[in-house]
Amino acid sequence: MPGRSSRRIRFSRLYSFSCFRSPFNDEHNQIGQKSFSRIVYCNELDNPEQLQLRYRSNYVSTTKYNAFNFIPKSLFEQFRRVANLYFLLVACVSFSPLAPYTATSILAPLLVVIGATMAKEAIEDWRRRKQDIEANNRKVEVYDGDHNFQETRWKKLQVGDLVKVYKNEYFPADLLLLSSSYGDGICYVETTNLDGETNLKVKHALEVTASLHADDSFQQFKAVVKCEDPNEDLYAFVGTLIHDGQQHPLSVQQILLRDSKLRNVDYVCGVVVFTGHDTKGMQNATDPPSKRNKTTVFYDRKRESLAAFFHFLTGLMLYGYLIPISLYVSIEIVKVLQSIFINQDQDMYYEDTDKPARARTSNLNEELGQVHTILSDKTGTLTCNSMEFVKCTIAGIAYGRGMTEVERALAKRKGKAVPDSGNSSSNVQESSDGHTDLGKSIRGFNFKDERIMNGHWVNEPHANVIQKFFRALALCHTAIPDANQESGEISYEAESPDEASFVIAAKELGFEFVKRTQTDISLHEFDHQSGRKIDRSYKLLYVLEFSSARKRMSVMVKNAENQLLLLCKGADSVMFERLSRNGRDFEATTRDHIKQYAEAGLRTLVISYRELNEEEFRSWEEEFLKAQTSLNADRDAMVDAVADKIERNLILLGATAVEDKLQKGVPECIDKLANAGIKIWVVTGDKMETAINIGYACSLLRDDMKQIVVTLDSPEINDLEKQGDKEAIAKASSASISKQIIEGNSQLCLSRGSSTSFGLIIDGKSLSFAFNKNLKDSFLGLAINCSSVICCRSTPKQKALVTRLVKKGTGKTTLAIGDGANDVGMLQEADIGVGISGVEGMQAVMSSDFSISRFRFLERLLLVHGHWCYRRISMTICYFFYKNIAFGFTLYWFEARASFSGQPAYNDWYMSFYNVLFTSLPAIALGVFDQDVSAQLCLKYPVLYNEGVQNILFSWPRILGWMLNGVISSVIIFFFTTNAVVNQAFRRDGHVVDYEVLGVMMYTCVVWTVNCQMAISINYFTWIQHFFIWGSIAFWYAFLVVYGAVSPIISTTAYQVLVEACALSPFYLLVTLLVVVSSLLPYLSYRIFQIQF
Amino acid sequence: MSSGDEASQTLSKKSKKPQYSRFTQQELPACKPILTPGLVITTLISIGIIFVPIGLGSLSASEHVVEIVDRYDDACVPSKGDDEAAKRERLSFIQNAKTNKTCIRNLVVPKKMKHPIYVYYQLDNFYQNHRRYVKSRSDRQYRSPGSEGETKTCDPESEVDDHRPIVPCGLIAWSLFNDTYGISTKDNPIPINKKDIAWQSDKNSKFGSNVYPKNFQKQDPVGGGKLNESVPLSEQEDLLVWMRTAALPNFRKLYGRIETDLEANEKITVVIQNNYNTYSFDSKKQLVLSTTTWIGGKNDFLGKAYISVGGICLFLAIAFILTYVIKPRPLGDPAYLSWNQNSAAR
Repeated sequence: MPGRSSRRIRFSRLYSFSCFRSPFNDEHNQIGQKSFSRIVYCNELDNPEQLQLRYRSNYVSTTKYNAFNFIPKSLFEQFRRVANLYFLLVACVSFSPLAPYTATSILAPLLVVIGATMAKEAIEDWRRRKQDIEANNRKVEVYDGDHNFQETRWKKLQVGDLVKVYKNEYFPADLLLLSSSYGDGICYVETTNLDGETNLKVKHALEVTASLHADDSFQQFKAVVKCEDPNEDLYAFVGTLIHDGQQHPLSVQQILLRDSKLRNVDYVCGVVVFTGHDTKGMQNATDPPSKRNKTTVFYDRKRESLAAFFHFLTGLMLYGYLIPISLYVSIEIVKVLQSIFINQDQDMYYEDTDKPARARTSNLNEELGQVHTILSDKTGTLTCNSMEFVKCTIAGIAYGRGMTEVERALAKRKGKAVPDSGNSSSNVQESSDGHTDLGKSIRGFNFKDERIMNGHWVNEPHANVIQKFFRALALCHTAIPDANQESGEISYEAESPDEASFVIAAKELGFEFVKRTQTDISLHEFDHQSGRKIDRSYKLLYVLEFSSARKRMSVMVKNAENQLLLLCKGADSVMFERLSRNGRDFEATTRDHIKQYAEAGLRTLVISYRELNEEEFRSWEEEFLKAQTSLNADRDAMVDAVADKIERNLILLGATAVEDKLQKGVPECIDKLANAGIKIWVVTGDKMETAINIGYACSLLRDDMKQIVVTLDSPEINDLEKQGDKEAIAKASSASISKQIIEGNSQLCLSRGSSTSFGLIIDGKSLSFAFNKNLKDSFLGLAINCSSVICCRSTPKQKALVTRLVKKGTGKTTLAIGDGANDVGMLQEADIGVGISGVEGMQAVMSSDFSISRFRFLERLLLVHGHWCYRRISMTICYFFYKNIAFGFTLYWFEARASFSGQPAYNDWYMSFYNVLFTSLPAIALGVFDQDVSAQLCLKYPVLYNEGVQNILFSWPRILGWMLNGVISSVIIFFFTTNAVVNQAFRRDGHVVDYEVLGVMMYTCVVWTVNCQMAISINYFTWIQHFFIWGSIAFWYAFLVVYGAVSPIISTTAYQVLVEACALSPFYLLVTLLVVVSSLLPYLSYRIFQIQF
Repeated sequence: MSSGDEASQTLSKKSKKPQYSRFTQQELPACKPILTPGLVITTLISIGIIFVPIGLGSLSASEHVVEIVDRYDDACVPSKGDDEAAKRERLSFIQNAKTNKTCIRNLVVPKKMKHPIYVYYQLDNFYQNHRRYVKSRSDRQYRSPGSEGETKTCDPESEVDDHRPIVPCGLIAWSLFNDTYGISTKDNPIPINKKDIAWQSDKNSKFGSNVYPKNFQKQDPVGGGKLNESVPLSEQEDLLVWMRTAALPNFRKLYGRIETDLEANEKITVVIQNNYNTYSFDSKKQLVLSTTTWIGGKNDFLGKAYISVGGICLFLAIAFILTYVIKPRPLGDPAYLSWNQNSAAR
């Protein structure tokens, strides 16, 4: 089965030969030694030795804090942030008499910030706690040592307890499977909670325990389990069961993990081995790495240098106002609100799975607008990961009329006029018509051919071959039927989507797989003699399971006529050599078809069968059982060899072609992203051919592109590999890769200046050599200059390494997108991890920063939200610098006129509220709502995205520009006001401007200026902006009136100042107007200059 | 059909589909101001058109103000030199309570001054905005007799040696200005009205009508003026004016009002009691007589600034129009976008 990930195979051993008994291997020798020291006395509640061991209870707590350590621990967490520590220091200093303003005005905002974050932590922790309580109090049946099972709460479970778990219940702890309601001790578990896999896994009890069923029989059951210490490896378990003086090896096949679910079996009994935090699931729980965004780093760094600079200038005075705590708070608020908008976007909601986009962390929003490279997984990300049965070739005749995306792209590429867009749309029309005929479309089945559908196959020339073909599809698999109670419809739980599509195809063509027991498979079959559907039952003898080495699987069945059949499906590379001389009738045509299918991006499997005679089977069975029960270390090899013996002399039936469908809109999306200047790398585990085809299909590779292929698949290397000298291989490989990279680079050099673009394709093996220190740089150089890169056959670790290479090498923002557990490393390594919440479960989503349900939503996430967020955040930060410099410098100029004594120009509370009430809300509104262009335009002109990639809006010139603007504004505000007031009367009644009036005057000018500056620099004016900007200004006056009306003890210099002194003075109004207009004029003329030139 | 509708309704109830609203989808109606040449020109011209008349109006108002400024600190002391000896002599003169500090200045009214004519004293290089000076006061004490002892903030002028509190305490009150002016024409004295020269709010709320000065200037070093202990603080308007500290080191404060007109070229005589010691820190004292208009006192800056800003705007507008006519640039030409320029530069 090509393309099936090895991960899936590893832990989905089926009830075939390898599972009945696990061999003792090296690891078992370690039992009793270090890290293999656990001893469990089963079903001995009062065993003193067991009690002595004192294993942890099954009580689970995932909370970060408890009632006692919350305050110190969360405070510690808070003050680990440099910013908070700095603000705390400022607050401390402000208690000393040195401080120019009251300590409360500094301490209050700090307390609010820290209090809010702590409250958030507390609420999150409380939620976790509630979940814990719920889990700890779930009920489970425990054997009470007296013939009965009784209900207990999960948290009371102890190591060694015997428990009974029913269908669809979660396992309360890591259990050793003893028996199930099936006689042979098999059960199925769903591990979605642990690893995100949705397919069921089979677990086997040991033969010695499988017979324990009746409640009574447990009375006598006593055993000791010696096993490994708690660890986090979900896919391994080493242990021994000592029962009746005999040792039985235990493997992960007998272990039921906490948080997985029992399926398809009525109940199982098991012994608790690991409890609570010792369970493998809990051992796996780690905090995800927290990512810091670039802008935070920036203003962290920046603050330090600025602070040092201004310390030199004015000491403590200006600190708080240049880099205020409110900047942090506002940016946090802005980001949270932005994430809400991302979550709320209807255009990123996917109806089929009912999932909107989710921003799981809010502090990377603006990075979305700066993505330089996207690293994408293929299966499930670019493709749907739902395999569709589209074509097959039976007896040398190709069936299936559908056309795949890849084929369309291929046809376009070859310039064939085959189906143009109109034609293909009519195709779509047809297919949708076809679906309405059927009532609904069938998932996993997209096959149309009237020749064999609806029972017409009986009239085909090789009807008997067709029958065998589909029967083989219906029998040769490991899927489990799951009948819907109400509708009676059958759905299939299969190990892989490919397999499900075969069973579905067989069902649609009249070979419905209805029931599986341990020994039988029942089909609901169309009988072409009677023309009716009849039930046929096949006795299942053996399943020779699939492995990546074997590349095939077989089943041996005995049909009602006592015929012994071996049905086999596998990759073409291994199957054709196994055909018998008389089974090669259609070989040539089938090979042709397979080649065509592969070119069309389809996954192919060859289907064949053979009949066995009784004698042959007997002798083979004997040999097989012998191999199986052997205790040698090379047992697996022996079993493989025996299996290989019987899978010969096969008769070819045909081949299937399954499409791993491209998701809707993927090519368009990739096109747009490429236009936006984003480099896209596809990192996949697929074969090179498939990857290249998919590359063409999703317009990653184009015809006018030159391909640079770096591979180790050359004859010399292969020869070396056969010789097996590892050193020589490594040396030759390395040399070959370096040669290929140099060649690629020279090709690039030659074409420099011309418009040719390059696509780099590299396979996993080469990749591992390309990561060598001396090749790294040249490889990166090559890869960066290619417009698209495809890494195929790469392992999860390589995915992460590629990501790191790109991230470190380019220093630009990288985004990784993937859906499977194998992408987790990549997602965590990249600056931004985007998880596709699709079929493969939640693991990727859990470790991602954003989750979307379809690849095509990435376009909107980056081009629209990323662009907006980047603009918004950078503008907000620039504006914050501006407004605080404009304000802070007026204080500084005033200082200069007050002999640097530290007297602020304004009342304490004016200053405290500056960043809270009078200027922050418009800045937040800017950060949340501003749009330079509408979403439609963002998507229409992806080139707009470039400003983020090149980081134009957050570059030093721009920040310094805004700072300069702030300084200019402050100069104009201060010198215009002071010069205007000189020392003259400012009212008709002869009163002169004193400290209080000057403060109000300057402050009014500052509030007006910064808010008007906002008004002329934003691009998007909704009522919200109007409300906040003009509201802030109005609020300043309202504040003055209210604050001025309270007792002079509190309001001090602000007492009655507006009402009595300023309001009636035309001079005050004139100064405001003059100062505001003139301080905006420099910015305005700069903009005019910009427009003009 | 209807059942289908119902089904879809129940579906949408359960579904996690985000609710549509123009707000959540960020599609609120908005105006998107773009700096088009037309808008720019209109804005600039209208600023110019508004500002220039305002400037002219302010200037003419300022022209109407008649102001007499007379610096007397150097003229009203015996020694005038800049050397150390002269300085010492000046200091001993001003600090000696026995010397006669009466000083007579003759001034000529340049233009007719209509009443009310405001009398100010102006101090230069006097840092009333120094932090330690500004802080040295106790609003609570000034407000009610019960808070007499709240003098902590008043250092170094909080209490006399035997720990009785000074009322009003603090450096500001201690340094009260105490020069006095008597004005007369020929032989008719012109009365200076010293009522209502302080802010009403100070009289009503900040200073208590039942708080009387105590222990004030009773102990060395004696600062400025003394207070009549039988008059409550709220009536001591000179103190109230002084206590409103000035924002900048050069400031004027209201001394009183003359309620009669002064004719042009009229000669007036001012009898100054030159008590206040500004000689220990290079400061200047000036007497100012000034009328007011709607913008207040004489203030050319405001008018000039308005005219210049308006002028600059008009100039920019014209320059803009000219360049626009000579070399028009189409709006939204992508060639001007920064990344295109960058790539062209490469």
